[in-house]
Amino acid sequence: MRRDVFQAIADPTRRAILSLLVLQAMTPNAIAEHFSSSRQAVSKHIKMLTECELVKQKQSGREIYYHFNPQKMKEVDKWLEPFRAKWEDRFNQLDHVLKNIKTKKP
Amino acid sequence: MSNKQTTISKDVANKKIIVVREFDAPLEEVWKAWTDSSILDTWWAPKPWSAKTKTMDFREGGRWLYSMVGPDGAESWCRVDFKGIVPNKSFMAEDSFCDENGNITNEIPGMHWQNEFSGTDTGTKVEVEITFDSEADMEKIMEMGFEVGFTAAHGNLDELLKG
Repeated sequence: MRRDVFQAIADPTRRAILSLLVLQAMTPNAIAEHFSSSRQAVSKHIKMLTECELVKQKQSGREIYYHFNPQKMKEVDKWLEPFRAKWEDRFNQLDHVLKNIKTKKP
Repeated sequence: MSNKQTTISKDVANKKIIVVREFDAPLEEVWKAWTDSSILDTWWAPKPWSAKTKTMDFREGGRWLYSMVGPDGAESWCRVDFKGIVPNKSFMAEDSFCDENGNITNEIPGMHWQNEFSGTDTGTKVEVEITFDSEADMEKIMEMGFEVGFTAAHGNLDELLKG
């Protein structure tokens, strides 16, 4: 199965888990309490998020805490960047074209 | 000479990318620039490519067949099939990669476009909504951006992250 950021955020439960972890690090039990699905299902989602490195685990005493990894999330935006560049380039050219149309008018 | 901001928002869950930009020109002129192939040829291709129209038939059910010509002269062909057209307001299109005769090649995924035009106090706002059939398709198109070498080192990540 694919393991990357896009696969990770494609699922609504995983997005919900991420938005919880953005606010604070949490134990797997605390995360599972927010969902009606089984602990096992939630833990599968957490596992996937960890494998995609969107979430990191840290041991604190007996408990494992999951942390959100913002660096990894930036990949989504890096991925969009060439697309943005392409459109900006295109639109700047269109600005130029439209300006020329205007000046050509009597 | 970039004076207007291009806003790009992504909706990964809905396989959608929305591009919004304002232009300092009246609605009719902007509409024409998007629908008249002789004008499209002058701006549609991002540098260093250039767009070259083979055929254009801008009406519902009609098609624009053009090629993107690279600096080395290599051509890649695209076709745009027009769906709903409301003059000076909106048009829908299917965008596919093809050969020079317009036969669709399936190794590169197609896209659905919905383009909306509206007048503003200072000019015209264009909103482009691009929808993909699957997430994999969406990624593939984005990855192609890298492959073709659209390098953009100066992107403003922070601003993107807010979105």
